[in-house]
Amino acid sequence: MPKFRKEIYGMIKKYMAVVALLVPAVLICLPVFLILTGSVMDSLEMKQYLLPVFGEGEGYIRWKLIPDYPTFEHYGRLLFMTPSFFVLFWNSVKMVLCILAGQLLVGVPAAWAFAAYSVRGSRALFALYVVLMLLPFQVTMLSSYLVLDRLALMNTHAAIILPAVFSTLPIFLTYGGFRAIPPQLFEAARIDGASELRIFLTMGLPLGKSGLLSAMVLGFLEYWNLMEQPLAFLEEKALWPLSLYLPEISWLQAGFALCASFVTLIPAAFVFVLGQDYLEQGIVYSGLKE
Amino acid sequence: MVETRAGKISLHNYRVRNKQAWGNGKKYRRRRRAFLLFLLPSLAGVTLFVLLPFLDVVKRSFQTAVTGEFTGVKNYGVIFQNQAFVLAVKNTARFTVVCIPLLVLAGLLVALTLSNFHNASLIKSVYLFPLAMPTATIVLVWKMVFYRQGFLNLFLTKIGELTGLWGSVTTDYLGTGASFWVLVASYLWKNTGYTVVLWLAGILAIPSEFIEAAKVDGAGRWKCIRYIILPNLKGSFYTIVILSFLNSFKIYREAYLVAGSYPQEDIYLLQHLFNNWFVNLEFDKMAAAVVCVGAVLFVAIMALQRIWDKAE
Repeated sequence: MPKFRKEIYGMIKKYMAVVALLVPAVLICLPVFLILTGSVMDSLEMKQYLLPVFGEGEGYIRWKLIPDYPTFEHYGRLLFMTPSFFVLFWNSVKMVLCILAGQLLVGVPAAWAFAAYSVRGSRALFALYVVLMLLPFQVTMLSSYLVLDRLALMNTHAAIILPAVFSTLPIFLTYGGFRAIPPQLFEAARIDGASELRIFLTMGLPLGKSGLLSAMVLGFLEYWNLMEQPLAFLEEKALWPLSLYLPEISWLQAGFALCASFVTLIPAAFVFVLGQDYLEQGIVYSGLKE
Repeated sequence: MVETRAGKISLHNYRVRNKQAWGNGKKYRRRRRAFLLFLLPSLAGVTLFVLLPFLDVVKRSFQTAVTGEFTGVKNYGVIFQNQAFVLAVKNTARFTVVCIPLLVLAGLLVALTLSNFHNASLIKSVYLFPLAMPTATIVLVWKMVFYRQGFLNLFLTKIGELTGLWGSVTTDYLGTGASFWVLVASYLWKNTGYTVVLWLAGILAIPSEFIEAAKVDGAGRWKCIRYIILPNLKGSFYTIVILSFLNSFKIYREAYLVAGSYPQEDIYLLQHLFNNWFVNLEFDKMAAAVVCVGAVLFVAIMALQRIWDKAE
């Protein structure tokens, strides 16, 4: 019965594909799992497991799926006895929110300008914006520093926020959303006598919001993870974002560090879960050509 | 994907509108005014924060750092004889050349497999999740995995015991040349997800009639991939290469957090060098290097766009 055989082969193939996809998926999840179990593990227990890593013990590192002595001591210490954690947490929140709000105010109209109007030179300007978007931080670090220094903004949060507000990546993503609207709609509105501002506010924004939200989701994940900029432009540790706090915790407090990691992860994971569709869409938009 | 197709259609409209709008006096002026007003805040900021200071950097690349004396191309000569610069360029180039093909292929394999499933969103989320994980949260885990007596060696030793092929493994991954591969692994871990999303969008945008027709003509799975799917993915390919290249610079976060400002010499990247120059206020060398790296990137981006234009 060749047909029956073929079906069996098809099923085997399909299950093999599932397994082949799941193995890397499990590997991807392992770090999250380690962070989670480590954050509720008793300090002494963890010390035993990690002894080889400190170079004092024999053998290899060990781990338990479920800790022998699960405890929330790290969470208690972090949330109630570590005021510096809160300072940095709010630094992060403040910077991310200011950057995103600024990008909304500055970037969204710019994206609209590129998407809705074509005038002489607009394509060349857009190409310039794309090149700027692709430059890594290390290339723009010195020029940003020169401006920030002249404006006396070094070592303030504005040194992180202002350059990020004028980043051109969100413009590109938002542009992708605006461009998907059929332009005949605006033409019709113009004939009916709508002003350009009104077309933007009442048609562009509601219809093109997917691109805008994608830019916000990608932006949140990017700026929650901010590292290069604060390392270069913020000397005072009290101004640092959370992402720079974690590496400061020593190995001896691994459980505490994993707990802080987990708390840092929560907002990012939250935004990821809520905004996943927009995130995927944003990635697709980032791949679209002008 | 519909957005992709809608995007292409509206690109066509954009060009058509271009032709209509230009030369039409009053309407054109109205559009230009609106364009400028909407763009103004952003353009002002970009000029102030990026373009003008960049010119300043170009100027500084021909000057000494402290006195500002004009020195011609001396700074450029200095950086190309600087051992750290040569090493950093070499390592960065090696990292790029190794990582990007690996990432592009890994993403393609996963995406091709996923495209067979009707509902793959959960697996896709899992692959995407590392993108959301702040680098700092993962560094401790990397250390636990890659230490001499860490999880990876534990795992390898266990396999050795089971198969009887080798004894206990005690490679030091972070202090030797293997650190390069640790970086490669963490780059792949972080970035495979969005490559999968981009490839999948490309695959789903291929009209299913093409594949159906090929199947009717007797083409198997492999022939479909070889002759229908891959040729239609050229656009996605260039995009993925550009974005992967860009994101390859962000590996500095992992490298810095795991190994600090002066890591093992195989992973001393341009990013480390720029940062160290910045900290030491060696702005003359830095300016010259910024101009060089910026120029190389600019040429690379333009060349890729040219190829991309031709491919479509």
